[in-house]
Amino acid sequence: MKRTRFLRRSALVVAIAALLPAAAAAKGTLVYCSEGSPEGFQPQFFTTGTTFDAVSVPMFNRLVEFDIGTTNIVPALAESWTISPDGKVFTFKLRKGVKFHSNANFKPTRDLNADDVIFSWDRMANDKNAFHGGTGGQTYAYFDDMGMKNIVEKVEKVDPMTVRFTLKRPEAPFLADMAMDFASILSLEYFEAMAKKGTPNAADIFPIGTGPFEFVSYQKDATIRYKAFDQHWKGRPKIDSLVYSITRDATARYAKLKTGECQVMAFPKPADLAEMQKDPALNVLSKEGLNVGYIAFNVEKKPFDNKLVRQALNLATNKEAILKAVYQGQGQVAKNPIPPILWSYNNAVQDYPYDPAKAKALLAQAGYPNGFEVDLWYLPVTRPYNPDGKRMAELIQADWEKIGVKAKLLTYEWAEYRKRSKTGEQTVMMFGWSGDNGDPDNFFVPLLGCEAVKGGGNVARWCNKPFEDLIIKAAQTPKQADRAKLYEQAQVIFKEEAPWITLAHSVRFDPVRKEVQGYKMDATAHHYFNNSDIVK
Amino acid sequence: MLAFLLRRAALVVPTFFGVTLLAFSLIHLIPGDPVENLSGERGMDPERRLRLLHQFGLDKSLPAQYFDYIRQLLGGDLGTSLTTHEPVLREFLTLFPATIELAFFALLLSVIVGLPAGILAAVKRNTVADYAVMGVSLTGYSMPIFWWALLLILFFSVQLGWTPVSGRISVEYDVPALSGFMLIDALRFGEPGAFRSAASHLVLPSIVLGTIPLAVIARMTRSSMLEVLREDYVRTARAKGMPRSQVILVHALRNALIPVITVIGLQVGLLLSGAILTETIFSWPGVGNWLIHGVQSRDYPVVQGGILLIAAIVITVNLIVDLLYGVINPRIRHG
Repeated sequence: MKRTRFLRRSALVVAIAALLPAAAAAKGTLVYCSEGSPEGFQPQFFTTGTTFDAVSVPMFNRLVEFDIGTTNIVPALAESWTISPDGKVFTFKLRKGVKFHSNANFKPTRDLNADDVIFSWDRMANDKNAFHGGTGGQTYAYFDDMGMKNIVEKVEKVDPMTVRFTLKRPEAPFLADMAMDFASILSLEYFEAMAKKGTPNAADIFPIGTGPFEFVSYQKDATIRYKAFDQHWKGRPKIDSLVYSITRDATARYAKLKTGECQVMAFPKPADLAEMQKDPALNVLSKEGLNVGYIAFNVEKKPFDNKLVRQALNLATNKEAILKAVYQGQGQVAKNPIPPILWSYNNAVQDYPYDPAKAKALLAQAGYPNGFEVDLWYLPVTRPYNPDGKRMAELIQADWEKIGVKAKLLTYEWAEYRKRSKTGEQTVMMFGWSGDNGDPDNFFVPLLGCEAVKGGGNVARWCNKPFEDLIIKAAQTPKQADRAKLYEQAQVIFKEEAPWITLAHSVRFDPVRKEVQGYKMDATAHHYFNNSDIVK
Repeated sequence: MLAFLLRRAALVVPTFFGVTLLAFSLIHLIPGDPVENLSGERGMDPERRLRLLHQFGLDKSLPAQYFDYIRQLLGGDLGTSLTTHEPVLREFLTLFPATIELAFFALLLSVIVGLPAGILAAVKRNTVADYAVMGVSLTGYSMPIFWWALLLILFFSVQLGWTPVSGRISVEYDVPALSGFMLIDALRFGEPGAFRSAASHLVLPSIVLGTIPLAVIARMTRSSMLEVLREDYVRTARAKGMPRSQVILVHALRNALIPVITVIGLQVGLLLSGAILTETIFSWPGVGNWLIHGVQSRDYPVVQGGILLIAAIVITVNLIVDLLYGVINPRIRHG
């Protein structure tokens, strides 16, 4: 009897031991707990950061790129470039000896050359290109939405290692545009080889790039595996393999980071940060966000057509209190529409102080001594630039109440919210922006330019001639120092005219396990692992 | 029997149409727009917007969109995902084995634990054991899945380190998805650690998903057993001196199982709907996780196709259960 009991117990112990989690990942493997699945593996088709993180960041390169951690443009597949004095011709000299990845169906026979660059562009721009159609009717989202067709006149091969882009108008931000994910360089030879095999779509599904990691496998909604590319032009990454463990729930991501099932996690919940910072096994890295959260007044509607009213509500809003309550101190008060990490940020601009008495006086001067009623639209979702729209709206409502402005809080489902904002239905609305390249133009033009009133991105519907002239001139001026001066002036006009209440620039956080070394946070919110190493 | 079969099968057709109409209406009723969802704060090039609206058929009236959808369905096409541009059926078939694997172990757990617990509660009626089984099952039944899952993760994975947090297998093993069933694939993979890892990943999600069916099965077994135990033939068997265990397990349980089997069949629907939340928390790459994402991104074909396929499975399982029930109980097939 005793023997049977002993055997049963032993069996139980063995069974439990068999179920214990296997040892952590193999040496040299970095596991990143990402927040979602990529929509596909072709950087030209998609627009989400999740897809870029999984595709263009590890596997592709651009002609120029952003230096990780800054918005400075550095040479990548182009080792140098020149810009004509009129700002219309960009000539890129390609780097020699850049190798493409290989896979079971393709072994490259040549290095990168001008044909690859021209093909990558022409495929998006030219609907007669044999590969324009793509798989399943995808569109070239970023290329179209950035209006590239209206910017680039033609792309030519000067010699096998030189490519010339001629623009329809001078456009200084074009260089930063070329560092964006959609401008990743594909292999023409690979596309042609797949077409010859009768499987042209394979080139979009199994990616071949020049990036630091090669594609290994994807298990839908579970894992993406990459291996270090030995022949990467910048040198082989330090880790042998990289795994994206797709974990949609932020609490589960944090739990996996704690147990060592992953070493880096994406997008922590703000509420978990304090605990993470106390954990001796973790480093919580932070970086000023390339973003801005704001309240936009629809200047086409009364009473916000009156500058005094807009200034009064700026004075009536206690931004410090919002920063403390909504951002829990993890951000900084915004005074300009661009964040301080962007060049041309005008630090000399004086923000509106919190001064309800002065605000009330201004309102009286504008003809509203008893205030007015207004609908305030608030964000229905958490965004990188605003963790809690509703809480923020409640604080603003209480602030404005003090000067007699009664705000009724309203919101819609997120897609509906954006859709309605483009029609100008709003009177006052909460919104924000995360920059997708490091050029100030990427904030001024899509958010405050006159064209963007028509396009819907300028939700304040504010079109100011002197401001517009400055930002257009800045876009057409080749030298960065000259451009910076123009943008600085534009920020002064913006503050005086007050189409927005600039609220905050949030800070981003990447929790990383201590054994990860060399990981650097990126300014444009991508996650780069080519300089990371695992030190046990 | 054939008439019964035809009668039941005839009901399936209108049920399917009802499901398509319901799924179509619900996903179109909730606010949001799949094209707008593809654009973000930047907004979309108007030309591209029109092209996409046309490509997705969203520029037509709702009835026209519905009829297009039905026509497409009758042609055997469930459509293409608006976000990944992959055929819905292919995505479903890739992910479904993960859901079946999880649902199977959840059901296994609920039957293995639920049946004996229900029998125990019935036999020991009004004792501490009965109250304990019923109390625990009521708690299990009322437990919010999300909370229960997080509690288990924090205790067993983070505190004790006994089970992994989420996923189907440790990232250490790159097991090719041959059958789609991780346990089978891991076994074929050859490395002993792979199977162990896959099994350990199943533990917590199975417990979470199996909790409600377990409670239902335990309660149903108890009440059915109580009813049967009161029957004359049970009393007669006891009076004739048959051992108590034999009376309970052979005479009573067999008859008590008929309604329990029906309830187990009905759990399939519960398991598939419960999988939506369980899979999301445990990053389990199954159809539940996929459907949630489809709803969030207003991926109409994914949501419509996913609901239809799941409904088809639930309807088929119920049909099989009904037929089995008819085989067991002649009164039903002649009724």
